[in-house]
Amino acid sequence: MIMQMQNTTKESAPVLEISDMTQRFGGLTAIADFNVSLGPDAMAGLIGPNGAGKTTAFNLVSGFYQPTEGEIRICGKPTAGLKPHKVTALGVARTFQNIRLWNQMTVLDNIRVAQHGKLDYGFFKSILRTSDYFECEERIEKEARELLKIFELDKYVDEYPTNLPYGLQRKLEIVRALSEKPKLLLLDEPAAGLNSADIQELIRLIRWIHDTFDVSIWLIEHHMDVMMELCDDIKVIDFGQTIAEGTADHVRNHPAVISAYLGDDNL
Amino acid sequence: MLALFRRYSVQLFLVTLGGVITYLAYQEAIGLYYLSVLMFMGVNIILSTSLNLVNGNMGEFSCGHAGFMCVGAYVSSVLGVLLFSKDKIFGAPLLDPSLAIYFFPLIIIIGGIAAAVAGLLVALPSFKTRGDYLAIITIAANYIIISFIENLGVIGGSRGFMGMKKVLNAMRDSVDLPWMVIWVFIFTIFTIWILRRYNSSTFGKGVSAICQDEVAAEIMSVNTNKMKAITFMLSSGLAGVAGGLFAYIIGYVNPGSFNILKSTEVLVMVYLGGMASLSGAVISAIFFTILLEILRPLQIFKWVIIPLILIIVMQFRPEGIMGNRELSDVFPWMKRFYKFK
Repeated sequence: MIMQMQNTTKESAPVLEISDMTQRFGGLTAIADFNVSLGPDAMAGLIGPNGAGKTTAFNLVSGFYQPTEGEIRICGKPTAGLKPHKVTALGVARTFQNIRLWNQMTVLDNIRVAQHGKLDYGFFKSILRTSDYFECEERIEKEARELLKIFELDKYVDEYPTNLPYGLQRKLEIVRALSEKPKLLLLDEPAAGLNSADIQELIRLIRWIHDTFDVSIWLIEHHMDVMMELCDDIKVIDFGQTIAEGTADHVRNHPAVISAYLGDDNL
Repeated sequence: MLALFRRYSVQLFLVTLGGVITYLAYQEAIGLYYLSVLMFMGVNIILSTSLNLVNGNMGEFSCGHAGFMCVGAYVSSVLGVLLFSKDKIFGAPLLDPSLAIYFFPLIIIIGGIAAAVAGLLVALPSFKTRGDYLAIITIAANYIIISFIENLGVIGGSRGFMGMKKVLNAMRDSVDLPWMVIWVFIFTIFTIWILRRYNSSTFGKGVSAICQDEVAAEIMSVNTNKMKAITFMLSSGLAGVAGGLFAYIIGYVNPGSFNILKSTEVLVMVYLGGMASLSGAVISAIFFTILLEILRPLQIFKWVIIPLILIIVMQFRPEGIMGNRELSDVFPWMKRFYKFK
């Protein structure tokens, strides 16, 4: 599967293009005039204080909300009016701030059910069990097992996610997102709740995923060391407004960022 | 040889069971009373397993199952009487009564399809609401269906509708076999077969994904609206099949027998068996039917005893008889004969 992914021709067109996106909830402007363009192998970050609108931005990209204004394009295709599962089909996969695995399903089933949009059979064939059904189920299971093996989760295939250590649950959620074969992977605070050893491993994992799979990664994170080590390009937002953008060093020393995080001294 | 035996053991068992029951019924070795208990057991299995699909696997709370049963009962009754028997309202039969024997399963299935369409009454609102609000909608759906039929004078309104016995007699005149027993048995197995295959396919597991985390399901490419519509329609369609069989067993239907009390009865069976456990739903339907019959001498007091039993079960075993496990999880040796998952 990795081979397949590497062989796809690299397009120069942006994977994600957000132009002048604004999202209002009643009188509250959660995101204002947001612009982003991510190339095919981008590794970008999004930071900001609590409530800045980071997750809202992810929810907009993954199709949970429709932006009040502006446009989102994924691989050139606008997502306006699409339900989240259709947006996923365009090539976006994401993880969640609080882990959202299906806990009463085995690890293998978690990956298998994530292929729901790519099933070649429907209701009637699932009951009549035609040859299409068996071919499709076999293929899905084989791919799921391969993917779990790559990420060294293969010894947990029949385990339930709740029985896994927290770090592995995070990893499994990332693997589940990757199983969608996305062009763009959105990671919402992947390091939340991990200890420093786990964080180092996560950094290695994310970098490895970026190098191995043909995927562009956009992540939200509070741990600055993760951001500084991974991201080429960081965007900082506060109250929905973009306040700074650039390399890690540029952002770290930007006065607007410092005042957003630490407050002004001229109160 | 042994491997072959193991592979087909379930089929062999079912054919033998069906054959024995039919033979005993044919020889009149089982009394009519026990025979009807057996048939209601089948109907109850269909009802509880199909409701379990929505309440157990999908995690929604549907309490209008009897409404869909009512649709199935009326559609297949009216269709059967219209086609195959002389009726004072519908007049002469449209088809030769000797054909009833071939068309009977079709009539039941058409009743099921009609009930599945009625299931849209719940399926469409489920796109936007869930939990308690959807539960209220299901109760409303139950009332809508019953009130509609109560006010439909052509088919008897609240007085009920009868004449199904004539269809059964027509079938008996063609070939003398206990047809109702055979069809109840076949449809019960058919229901379990459908649900088992649906639940164990990746497609059907999308339903459990919706139950466990709907947001994750939607993001991980599950078309939740489509899955909800299919699941509600399958569940109510099977309830319709159960309703059709119920109508033909009794030979008389009236809207009053499909009220909210009947829905509650099915709910009790599902919760007693254990959520999302197909074998639990089957076992509790069997158990519940027998319990109702054992307690029949107590007359009205059985409605004191049965809820009390439910309370006691919920107190000491809140997950129901089987929890969310299947028989093969409890008795691993069964896996040699059939694989559930």
